[in-house]
Amino acid sequence: MKSFSWARFKAVVHKEFVQMRRDRLTFAMLIGIPLVQLVLFGYAINADPRHLPTAVLSADNSPYSRAVVAAMQNSDYFKVCEHASSREQVREMLLRGDVQFVITIPEQFGRDVVRGRRPVLLVEADATDPVATGGALKNLPQIIERGLEPLLQGPLEHLRRGPAPVTLRAHAEFNPEAETQYNIVPGLMGTILTLTLTMITSLAMTRERERGTMENLLTTPVRPLEVTTGKILPFVMVGYLQMFLILAASYLLFGVPMHGSVILLLALTVIFIGANLSVGVTISTMARNQLQAVQMSIFFFLPSLLLSGFMFPFRGMPQWAQYIGSILPLTHYLRLIRGILLKGNGLTESLYHAWPILLFWVLVVLLGLKSFRQTLD
Amino acid sequence: MPPADTTPSGLENNDIVIDVHGLTKRFGSRTVVNGLDMQVKRGEIFGFLGPNGSGKTTFIRMLCGLLLPDSGQGSCLGLDIRTQAAAIKPQVGYMAQRFSLYEDLTVRENLSFMARVYGLRQVRATVDATIERMGLQRYTNHLAGSLSGGWKQRLALGACTQHHPRLLLLDEPTAGVDPGARRDFWDEVHKLAGQGLTALISTHYMDEAERCHRLAYIAYGKLLAQGTTDQLVRNSGLSTWAVRSLHGDSEAVFRLSRELDSRPGVEQVVPVGVTLNVCGRDPDLLSALAVEHNQDFQWSRTETSLEMVFIDLMRNAEVN
Repeated sequence: MKSFSWARFKAVVHKEFVQMRRDRLTFAMLIGIPLVQLVLFGYAINADPRHLPTAVLSADNSPYSRAVVAAMQNSDYFKVCEHASSREQVREMLLRGDVQFVITIPEQFGRDVVRGRRPVLLVEADATDPVATGGALKNLPQIIERGLEPLLQGPLEHLRRGPAPVTLRAHAEFNPEAETQYNIVPGLMGTILTLTLTMITSLAMTRERERGTMENLLTTPVRPLEVTTGKILPFVMVGYLQMFLILAASYLLFGVPMHGSVILLLALTVIFIGANLSVGVTISTMARNQLQAVQMSIFFFLPSLLLSGFMFPFRGMPQWAQYIGSILPLTHYLRLIRGILLKGNGLTESLYHAWPILLFWVLVVLLGLKSFRQTLD
Repeated sequence: MPPADTTPSGLENNDIVIDVHGLTKRFGSRTVVNGLDMQVKRGEIFGFLGPNGSGKTTFIRMLCGLLLPDSGQGSCLGLDIRTQAAAIKPQVGYMAQRFSLYEDLTVRENLSFMARVYGLRQVRATVDATIERMGLQRYTNHLAGSLSGGWKQRLALGACTQHHPRLLLLDEPTAGVDPGARRDFWDEVHKLAGQGLTALISTHYMDEAERCHRLAYIAYGKLLAQGTTDQLVRNSGLSTWAVRSLHGDSEAVFRLSRELDSRPGVEQVVPVGVTLNVCGRDPDLLSALAVEHNQDFQWSRTETSLEMVFIDLMRNAEVN
């Protein structure tokens, strides 16, 4: 008896290949997951985001103010998409996260530039994600200077020398010290909920089928809705337990500010937990075994992690990636939780981020109920 | 404990519990159950036999709503198996071939889960009664997965009879269970049948088949024969002789079996210990053989066994 027999070894290798071929989905995932990662990391992710939506609140209509706005627009960093008319309006836009920057141009801006009074240009940035705003803010002084240059000629030539013609006052709103953990820790809550809840529930139903207990369950009077919801509820509680742990840790260990109502956050998280669980249940009705269920959960988790704005700035991604990201519940949940904790958002602003999650939830539940087979056919 | 409060809804003939006509099920291009007609009366223990893959499990699954038939009609407890599966389920107890309770729950937890999904009141009392009825007291807090085969079957039978079903569908309930446990199991089934419960049981064991009131034999999805054990034996038209060597020469018995196998009129030659059971359709031909080999062997008429009948049925089905 040899200690290592090539014949026996080859028998094992051969058997593994045959089994791999039988489980097509697993094989597809083994090929698919690296491809998805490649596309996401290679094309979608950009740590120096451009074209950030910017609102302009201008009280001055002079060539100088127009030159500043045009220069920002041309710089690629800013995309002026709103011309606001009031402070309330821009505040609202910042709270909701519709715009990343608000530029306020004061009255008599042009006149003050000409007179060399160095008028104040106020830039308010939504700095909940400091990475997203960093590049743009760093380059802003140069952008403005270069924009005004062509106008400062002849008699105004002297303004080009000496200090900048405009005083730039940048406010990093909601996270003035640009603490990245303020952004990451609340985001982590959403990420952890997504990972654990999707995976655990996706296994729950598959396990019934694999162990043969599904056959017994189907002969009892129990209905699909009862099984599905009954299986979900315990995990909703687990989800809340996780929430409490992370909230406590972010408060005690990381000092993450909690400007908004924690109760509101907990209440709205129901929708997010529900959405993730429904994904898990739907996966479990489709997967044939537990391995497939795990792989399908990863297939859902990976884009959630990369395209939601958790790891990389959402607005740094190309348009197609932003569209995909907008479907995912985590994307909206991150805005919701950062909004409540860091910006102190109330119900109105939060609902704005909650309804896409709710819509996602409803659609996935419908899909899941459709594929739950009450017979073994 | 007959279910006194459940008046049969829509039951026209109180005495027929299962009534199917032309029931057919296909998986892809394979017809697994082919135009099955069958009636089972109330209080009957109906044995369901057939080779592996003959469609027994599929048929049972259609009766309890696990599978939808492709064509044909059927009623179970007077309710249509296509459209009223939801109303059938609470009145049926089903036991799958494979143990399908939760291995990671204890005996008590499994029983109370089953009691609850059937919407029973007084779950605790019901479970206690079941544990006592099935003699599971010693294992109340054992995980179901740690029980031996026989106890698992008892647990499963207990679990599917707690809600006082009017019909039991048992799919090879005693496969791989020792004779003692099987005997207990069947005593329990007979007790339940005595209380008015109807049972449809598939099995491969001949001794179990003989304990049924009536039997049906299917092969390749078709019903080949049905009736009581006596009827099946009589209708088979087989007669059987037991052959013994006069000198206790087992080698001679073996040589004889080889020879008889190829003789016309001999259907089956089965060695049973030192004797040889020889059966055939034509008694005269067998008598002639008995005369031919009477120097060294003793020939005596014996009863044709169910096994002979079923193997004969199966062989004929293969030919067709």
